[in-house]
Amino acid sequence: MASTDFLLNYLPIVVFLGIALGLASVMVLASMLIGRSKPDTEKLSAYECGFEAFDDARRKFDVRFYLVAILFIIFDLEVAFLFPWAVSLGAIGMFGFWSMVVFLTVLTVGLVYEWNKGALDWE
Amino acid sequence: MDGFSWIVLSPIKQEIFLSLVGMLLLLVGAFRGKTSVGFIVTAVVVAACGAIAGILSGDWTPIDTLSGMLIVDGFSEWMKVLILSGIVVSLLLSVSWLRENNLLKFEYPILVLFSGVGMLFMVSANNLLSLYVSLELSSLCLYVLAAINRDHLLSSEAGLKYFILGALSSGLLLFGISLVYGYSGTLSYVGISSFLETAESMPYGIMVGMIFMLAGLAFKISAVPFHMWTPDVYHGAPTPVTALFAIVPKVAAFGLIIRLLVGPFAMLAQESAQIIMVISVGSMLVGAFAGLVQNNIKRLLAYSSIANMGYAMLGLLPNVPEGIAGTIIYLTIYMVMVAGVFGILMSLKRNGQSIETISDFAGLSKTSPFMAYAMTALLFSMSGIPPMAGFFGKFFVFQAAIAGGYMVVAVIGVLTSVVAAYYYLRLIKVMFFDESAGNVDENTSLSRHFVTVGALVFVLIFTLLPNHLLQRAIEAATSLFS
Repeated sequence: MASTDFLLNYLPIVVFLGIALGLASVMVLASMLIGRSKPDTEKLSAYECGFEAFDDARRKFDVRFYLVAILFIIFDLEVAFLFPWAVSLGAIGMFGFWSMVVFLTVLTVGLVYEWNKGALDWE
Repeated sequence: MDGFSWIVLSPIKQEIFLSLVGMLLLLVGAFRGKTSVGFIVTAVVVAACGAIAGILSGDWTPIDTLSGMLIVDGFSEWMKVLILSGIVVSLLLSVSWLRENNLLKFEYPILVLFSGVGMLFMVSANNLLSLYVSLELSSLCLYVLAAINRDHLLSSEAGLKYFILGALSSGLLLFGISLVYGYSGTLSYVGISSFLETAESMPYGIMVGMIFMLAGLAFKISAVPFHMWTPDVYHGAPTPVTALFAIVPKVAAFGLIIRLLVGPFAMLAQESAQIIMVISVGSMLVGAFAGLVQNNIKRLLAYSSIANMGYAMLGLLPNVPEGIAGTIIYLTIYMVMVAGVFGILMSLKRNGQSIETISDFAGLSKTSPFMAYAMTALLFSMSGIPPMAGFFGKFFVFQAAIAGGYMVVAVIGVLTSVVAAYYYLRLIKVMFFDESAGNVDENTSLSRHFVTVGALVFVLIFTLLPNHLLQRAIEAATSLFS
């Protein structure tokens, strides 16, 4: 059965999903069952950085959160590119290696720039 | 070193050189701050001039590189020369204006340089992926430039408007690309054209994809019906940025469109010609009639640029080298005229305030005769009156359209250029026959003066020595078809 063979390629993913689900539910259930619970208002309030989670949408908010988020996204994407690159490094050779080095260099120049401009300082 | 050698990168060494210079200067600016602005501007201008010299002295035999992502041929190299010259000219124009208005941040020249690098890649894109990435590289820099005067309401509005509509147009473009990819199974220009040549029946999906791509690109050249951002952005952005918008990006976007129509979509020439015809006629009509009621000179120039994009597109209709050469020569002449007009516009100040409305030009012939006469020559050229250069630009595109059998479109073009002549001539009338609105300040910038005089000389003597530019344009257009 060719189609079963094909699906067998994806077995590791199923195993991975199973382990992830199992581990997650164990952690949630364990903390519900054996954790000590002493709730107060501070502990029950939702934790959000900066502003209330449920509030009027037309409120002023600090633009710095968005600056940080945008800067974060850039380096988040860098990591997302690094994973497939690392896995396929054997196949793409020196050209692939140096392409990524150039990409990282460009990002580093950007990082140096934003650091010097003070984009990473909160105050 | 498997699969990697200098051969792969040598056709694009100018782009690599400019990117490296840009990043280096960014670091210099980041560490040295405001004191380094003068150095950075000079370095960008010198680097761009060096790249022009490198391209002109280089080898123009067609070669594709980076696995067919980019192609370097006579067309791309000539367009690169035009783009880089535009970058240099717009920097020369802008520096002293920005300094006077306290807007000269060191990021300005670097952003101009990076958007220029994006445009260089745009005209040599040979794959839908490199097309999109290069387009975004240049657009992102331009969004920031439009809003560079961030404390000013109109400038922020211009930047935001340009960004949102640019994002929308990118969305349209990407949707078109996804359709083309879905139906042809390839992103490379060569692959798409060979797919279309061998396909038994034309898949409609590709045609719809092409229409979406053209719509997305029509945003970038501000052609009707995708022109609505132009007046607001031209009006709101600081004048040097407006000059940059008017001079450079449209040439690059035209290069992109020309390569798309001649390369991958050559088999769809009939269909694309219909779209181009509608866009072109619409741009000529809107540009001519909406310009009549404008009082702000920057809005007027925005509508004038819309109309001019319509004329430039006439040359694309027949899809033959002569027509494309006509478009290239039209764009070249338009770039020079606009650079001259903006040079004058930025030079004219009254009590330190920039002149913005048409009534501010009143009586300029008495208070500042050189500016008035230079402006008159440039405006005559823009309205297409012989023997100025603008006449020949229009002549070549109309000739191409008529030779291709698009008689009706050409007649509409001639008629709308008569309508548009009104607003150019009105400005001349205001300068020469109206009561003076007071003295204007002395022009203090040598580089701006240099650009203005250069544009003036070009417009006046193009009639006598057109051969070199014509030859270059024809060679560039022919290289696309070989």
